[in-house]
Amino acid sequence: MLDDIDRHLLRLLQSDPSRGVPDLAQAVGGTPARVSRRLDRLRDAGIFLGSHAVINWRALGYDVAVSLRITLDKTVARAFDDFIQAARSVPEVIEIQTFLGRVDVRLSVIARDLPDYQRIYRDDILTLPHIADIEALMTVASVKSDESLPL
Amino acid sequence: MTLDDIDRALLRILSRNADQSTKQLGQKLGLSQPATWRRIRRLQDAGVIAGRKLMLDAEKVGFGVTVFLGVKLATKGRVSLEDFERAVSAIPEIQTVDHVLGLYDYRLRVVARDLADFERVLRRRIMTMPGVGDVEANVLLSEERRPGPI
Repeated sequence: MLDDIDRHLLRLLQSDPSRGVPDLAQAVGGTPARVSRRLDRLRDAGIFLGSHAVINWRALGYDVAVSLRITLDKTVARAFDDFIQAARSVPEVIEIQTFLGRVDVRLSVIARDLPDYQRIYRDDILTLPHIADIEALMTVASVKSDESLPL
Repeated sequence: MTLDDIDRALLRILSRNADQSTKQLGQKLGLSQPATWRRIRRLQDAGVIAGRKLMLDAEKVGFGVTVFLGVKLATKGRVSLEDFERAVSAIPEIQTVDHVLGLYDYRLRVVARDLADFERVLRRRIMTMPGVGDVEANVLLSEERRPGPI
């Protein structure tokens, strides 16, 4: 599995994914060729999956973020599948998570403002199949959002 | 900032995979390399692209459990909010902290090696924090990020 150098490399990349191989090599005390080989190995093992751009929705005019905690009607066998499939077709849903606990599914929904949110909620969310109950949490502020792993 | 169709296509590609060169991106979008670079630069300057995030398979690096916690504070007031935010943000296992309005005051995303490790983090680090009231835990089973309205 991972050794200390792998973990060090992944920590450095987590804090700045744009760091190049020569720079990483200097930081961990190895040659660029060795670091390259390690990164290839981590990629081949499906550990290091690359990087993606983070979109700031506020900069695009989406000022409202709501977390919807949904309980589904579990007497319906296909409740989860039907619900998730339908939720995927709502463009303002940016995250779909399923849980073990009091909540079955959580949707992260963004909207331009409150009237826009009301429209999405009424027309696109409440019409999703097999909903038994919904609770809404409105995000006031993201205090920490880096999602780094404590490697 | 208003986006045109090419900006939207560019954002969709980058939000899935930011490891491509401007040359590769340009080829997909039918743009020259400098034109692609200028568009990315403009999206970064406008704050639309807020950064880049590494994608790791959490389970393969030893974090098999992700739990979302809803936390209600027992005591409120500006000082207790700030103290709580500072204290939870400093815990490495806590990946995100959102201040929310509704049933709970905060939503926390916590990673742990397994359920026993999660219990340790919860009991020793979170429940011992001053002002923590009701806590609800939901274990993450699956997660899917969507492209969003672009």
